[in-house]
Amino acid sequence: MTTEVSTDRVEETIYDGLVELGTERSALSREATLESLDVDSLDLVELAQIVEDEFGVELRGDDVKDVRTVGEVIELVVAKAG
Amino acid sequence: MKRRVVITGVGAVTPLGVGSAALAERWSAGECGIEDGAGRCRDFDPLDFLSKKEARRLDRFAQMAVAAAAEALGQAGAGEELPYEAHRVGCVIGTGIGGLPSLEEQQGKLIESGPKAVSPLAVPLMMGNAAAAAVAMRHDLHGHTYGVVSACAAGAHALGDASRIIRAGDADMVVAGGAEAAITGVATAAFEAMGATSASGVSRPFDARRDGFVIGEGAGILILEEAGAAAARGAEVLGEIRGYGATCDGFHLTAPQPEGLEAARAIGLAIADAGLSATDVDYVNAHGTSTPLNDRSETMALKLALGERAADVPVSSTKSAVGHLLGAAGAVEAIATVEALRRRLAPPTVGWGEAEEGLDLDYVPDRARPLGNGDGPLIAISNSFGFGGHNAVLCLAA
Repeated sequence: MTTEVSTDRVEETIYDGLVELGTERSALSREATLESLDVDSLDLVELAQIVEDEFGVELRGDDVKDVRTVGEVIELVVAKAG
Repeated sequence: MKRRVVITGVGAVTPLGVGSAALAERWSAGECGIEDGAGRCRDFDPLDFLSKKEARRLDRFAQMAVAAAAEALGQAGAGEELPYEAHRVGCVIGTGIGGLPSLEEQQGKLIESGPKAVSPLAVPLMMGNAAAAAVAMRHDLHGHTYGVVSACAAGAHALGDASRIIRAGDADMVVAGGAEAAITGVATAAFEAMGATSASGVSRPFDARRDGFVIGEGAGILILEEAGAAAARGAEVLGEIRGYGATCDGFHLTAPQPEGLEAARAIGLAIADAGLSATDVDYVNAHGTSTPLNDRSETMALKLALGERAADVPVSSTKSAVGHLLGAAGAVEAIATVEALRRRLAPPTVGWGEAEEGLDLDYVPDRARPLGNGDGPLIAISNSFGFGGHNAVLCLAA
């Protein structure tokens, strides 16, 4: 069901998702680390659910275990959706 | 020498408002926080106490516990920094049901969208120990920490357990109480189906017209401390847990034993644990649910346990002002009791107006009444009885 997914759309979804989970929008950037945003493993599972609902992309624990920054999450989703 | 347990802080979120002062002052003035047949904490906004992220990781009962704990620890002078080594500070918080709103929400997602839609937060949101875990995490407590589950006696059991932990020497301070927020579709339908809740929507304990309890929500947290350690750090002492008695009816899943035999035994145990006798009791904070069965069996239990003193002692029910806070009730009512003793004023059973044969104690109708003669410490018992026949009674002094 996945079609061409633009990086901008993924970024918007990830940013909106993180804000929904309680992160300040002003703190968001591609360079921001998940650690600095206090995004933990539970947040990542919730974020994965949001991504799957939106793009039909399934992120597993193994996929995200080495992800360090918001930008890396976005790239991972774009790559998976491609 | 026996270790004594004093109360150095209290905090409450109730249908009478946020804060223990709102509970004590408004109940004493005969006000009632029940609206539209439920005791909701309309003034409570979790974002006054928690960040958005913290709030969405806690069910409402745990959010309220965090708020009440912040007030209580602040009053005890322990809000910023603990007065003891963290392993000597515990946290025991009771609940009747736990995170039922979260459970119902996640069940809806499961049915609507399948298992993948269920939140990874579901378990930590709904687990019965979530309030204790949240408070311990927030204040960096490392001692005995757990939840207590005994339906509508949970708050009192938590305080009793916590006092025992201190008396046994396993802690110097315990943050203890109860929390409940279960005014949900399933809970209200279930209580209604079993005929436990009021059709009229009026909480009228011990009144002939009573027709069931009115569901409420809230949290009550008390800071319990070993008396010598509290004195050494110059803490203000609000009251003392003098005694604790716990029994079980072993009779019926929901109905109390009709003569209140085991409830009476718990009252007697609490008074004996305090080294006192029935004649020393100045005030009774009743369980007083407004159900036909409880108020009758509790009246019989008080007569059995207190003997001749039962005819004279003022007996009032906090549930006339806030409804039935289930697992939070015992803790909120312990706070109300200590504040009543401190003010030397028995708050009224709000709305009491029609006597029933056999229910002939002094239920403090109409308005608050002065307590005791002179200015010595006053003694009260606070009763809590839960489905399952669980009886927990505290003997309090202030």
